[in-house]
Amino acid sequence: MFYRETGQFKTNYADDMAVFPILQDRIGIGLILAVAFVLIPLTGSNFLLSSVMIPFLVFSLASIGLNILTGYTGLISLGTGAFMGVGAYACYKLTTLFPEVNIVVWIVMSGFVSALVGVLFGLPSLRIKGFYLAVATLAAQFFLQWCFTRIPWLYNYNTSGAIEVGQRTLFGIDVTGAKASLEARYMVLLTLVTVLTWVASNLMHGRIGRSFMAVRDMDIAAELMGIDLLKTKLLAFAVSSYYAGVAGAAMMFLWYGGGEANDAFNINQSFLILFMVIIGGLGSLIGSFFGAAFISMLPTVLKFGLPALGIPLAGATAEHLTYILVGALIIFFLIVEPHGLARLWQIGKQKLRMWPFPY
Amino acid sequence: MDILFKVLIDPFLQMGAMPDLFVQTIWDGFVTGVLYALIALGFVLIFKASGVFNFAQGIMVVFAGLTLVGLYEMGLPAPLALLVTLGVMFVLALAIERVVLRPLVNQPDIILFMATFGITYFLIGLGELIFGGNPKQMITDQLFLPRGAIEVKMLGGFVQFQKIDIAAAVIAVVMIVALAVFFQKTRIGRALRAVADSHKAALSVGISLNQIWVIVWFTAGIVALVTGIMWGARSDVSFGLQVIALKALPVLILGGFTSVPGAIVGGLIIGIGEKLGEFYWGPLVGGGIESWLAYCIALGFLLFRPQGLFGDKIIERI
Repeated sequence: MFYRETGQFKTNYADDMAVFPILQDRIGIGLILAVAFVLIPLTGSNFLLSSVMIPFLVFSLASIGLNILTGYTGLISLGTGAFMGVGAYACYKLTTLFPEVNIVVWIVMSGFVSALVGVLFGLPSLRIKGFYLAVATLAAQFFLQWCFTRIPWLYNYNTSGAIEVGQRTLFGIDVTGAKASLEARYMVLLTLVTVLTWVASNLMHGRIGRSFMAVRDMDIAAELMGIDLLKTKLLAFAVSSYYAGVAGAAMMFLWYGGGEANDAFNINQSFLILFMVIIGGLGSLIGSFFGAAFISMLPTVLKFGLPALGIPLAGATAEHLTYILVGALIIFFLIVEPHGLARLWQIGKQKLRMWPFPY
Repeated sequence: MDILFKVLIDPFLQMGAMPDLFVQTIWDGFVTGVLYALIALGFVLIFKASGVFNFAQGIMVVFAGLTLVGLYEMGLPAPLALLVTLGVMFVLALAIERVVLRPLVNQPDIILFMATFGITYFLIGLGELIFGGNPKQMITDQLFLPRGAIEVKMLGGFVQFQKIDIAAAVIAVVMIVALAVFFQKTRIGRALRAVADSHKAALSVGISLNQIWVIVWFTAGIVALVTGIMWGARSDVSFGLQVIALKALPVLILGGFTSVPGAIVGGLIIGIGEKLGEFYWGPLVGGGIESWLAYCIALGFLLFRPQGLFGDKIIERI
């Protein structure tokens, strides 16, 4: 009814290629941003910010990263957790070595360290494909995880062996450390995610993104068309690891506020992010957000939602049932829509355009 | 120079100085390798027949072992418990084929891979819900498995062979031979090989893919049960065991996803290489390298043979 593009004429190529070609979409994204930037920090409860929004934003950043590699370039990686860890440790080292530089700068910069490591572990992708590559990236996961615990220099010889987040400020307001308010951390994170999503969207709509997709669809054909496979694949690893690294740094500094690597950056984290990408939709940025929202909120919803529905659960049984439910839901979603939530979203929009007519 | 000496020469001097210890390490690696090979075998069977990269193989091992012990604890005699466990694995295979594989037929590989992930989660939850999350003792005596160790005097020292390890190796060999006979000589085995060669051609000569999938998942379930018993007898049966599935992955890429001999040879290379590396080179970097060494060995091989040692040659068409 109100979602129609009737009367909106495109008079030049720039309009035609716009990311949001329909006026209603532009209004929609504006509204979402307004809610995220103004409404949530002003009215959201601590619970909403700390256990829903902040994890969601961190995971969406990580899954955008993995989606660029797996969804857009077609290279399966099971090492995302480790690359996130590299970002976190890089940020930790940088901010202890140069405490006078702003922490947000280091969070953004630490992604580059992660990108470098990502390129290194991306090298085998030139010879290995498919599941062989997926298993090969597990080498990165286990090796890096081993480094995090066995190289004391990385955690500054702390007795705890963990990252300790100090107090840092931005414009005079605490953003990390024990005294930082949730709102401040949320705003920094939201700004990071917004800017980086915008960058990713532009990258994927441009020449680089198109060369990624060409490699995904058939790498030999892409090579024949003059796309340098070496450069493209390594660039995909670099960009993907950059996002993962920033997500890892943000996770440690803006969400956890310190912690041990083996808990935060282990193999399960890698799998979780792969889930988000697949449930959300391969090769879709909005899908990354859907997937991150689904997977990161599912345990919370099950934990608080089931008792609210009158299904009393306690302790161990609840945990086991959560496992069963998560497994069943994953299979269910894969069967119902193998192309992910992003596809459902698209179908929904299409239906809305046609409504009330079937075609 | 010192570091070069420590990496390149010193470990070999140690091996030469204490040959009995060297043999012991090799034997330990060999047994671990046999068990890795068994898990990899389950993977390969399923991958060949249905093209599914079955991440749930590790949890199937745990689930089978746990069901066996759990049923025994509930009062069933051991042989009966074994039979019922086989039944459970068959029902599991049926359910997976009906609920997961059939609706997802013809989807991209990664979707099926993710679906096996869902199975993993489901089985973890189900297993813990029914049998509890505590580690359990494997019922070795009731299954007539030997205990204790044999000490053999050789090379100026004693080498210890655990009887259960010898039994594991023997049983593994018997099972592999049985599988080989099953594949080569029986009607179903031929059908399985036909499906592995080409789904379409197999369909066109009247082989039911759905049936074959059930059979192959059931076979993988049997392999998982045997692995679960063996591995459970060496440590105990708990959900911690599922990490061994991650250990079997480098074995797979080393041997090739589609090759049964590859799984066996790969398992042995990884098992022995891992133990030797950990024992002789591990202390140089602070130990604990077992977690990633296997992957690096496999990666090294892959750079020269991208399809693994025995895998089908990858042919690309435009």
